[in-house]
Amino acid sequence: MSLFLRDYLTVVWFGLAAILVAGLLLGVAAAVRPSRPGKEKLTAYESGVDPVGMSWSQSQIRYYVFALLFVIFDVEAVFIFPWATAMERYGWFGLIAMLIFIVLLLDGLVYAWKRGLLRWV
Amino acid sequence: MGLVDRGRMPAPLTKLFNMGRSYSMWVYQWGLACCAIEMGAAFGSPRYDVMRLGVIPLPASPRQADLVVVSGTVTDKMAPAVKRLYEQMPEPKYVISMGSCANCGGPYWDSYSVTKGVDQIIPVDVYVPGCPPRPEALLEGIVLLQQRIKNEDMAAKWRNEEFTSLQMTAERGRLAREPLVVGGGPIE
Repeated sequence: MSLFLRDYLTVVWFGLAAILVAGLLLGVAAAVRPSRPGKEKLTAYESGVDPVGMSWSQSQIRYYVFALLFVIFDVEAVFIFPWATAMERYGWFGLIAMLIFIVLLLDGLVYAWKRGLLRWV
Repeated sequence: MGLVDRGRMPAPLTKLFNMGRSYSMWVYQWGLACCAIEMGAAFGSPRYDVMRLGVIPLPASPRQADLVVVSGTVTDKMAPAVKRLYEQMPEPKYVISMGSCANCGGPYWDSYSVTKGVDQIIPVDVYVPGCPPRPEALLEGIVLLQQRIKNEDMAAKWRNEEFTSLQMTAERGRLAREPLVVGGGPIE
């Protein structure tokens, strides 16, 4: 096993410990607690009034604009900053991969510009 | 099906749980009228500092609550919501009725819209009389409830027995099912 993967072994142990502890606590609780489910109790909590509609609902497709801008400006930065700190290690391969990523996003930026989304108000 | 459901709980385990339950009560607050100001003073201010009793007055929903304080006037319009939120609390659950309005309708005893006591819709464990009661009175109600919980035989309560106290004398056991009143005195 490579050193890289061995570092991730900590995550596995951590996950296993979390599952074990949570399972133990929930198991003890289930073995002891009273269970009295009912129609009222299983109703969604809406501060005491009748819940309206389902929790699965459509959102406006027009909000895609915000998703687009978020990916272009925020998600891009999230990927570029870690890459920039280790740019020398990844060499030409990393540079070209990142350029492809940036060009793809640039496409979106041009689209947003054309739509006038970058203008304030 | 848990141990409590089956009506069988070992006494040491009951005592351990009782201690945990009485000193970590999550209080759901229903501030329905002016008594809520006094409740806020008891729960939110450093002067009365309810957390020293192990009471945590901050659950986000009735799903996490052990105790509910009904403080203020329950109207007939509000009553269904009060009932539903009580139903949504997990067992075991307790109710403190705070103030004359929640106890019996108080000054609105002949109003067309006021429920004459929250005990008409949900069972009450501790009554705190007063109009409004001082924060100290509410704290005493909580302490009385904690003492009761510490001596409570959960399994017996679940079997719906008449004696639900761990203390063996019949008189005290019988009293353990009757509601408490801060300051003593009969319910009537």
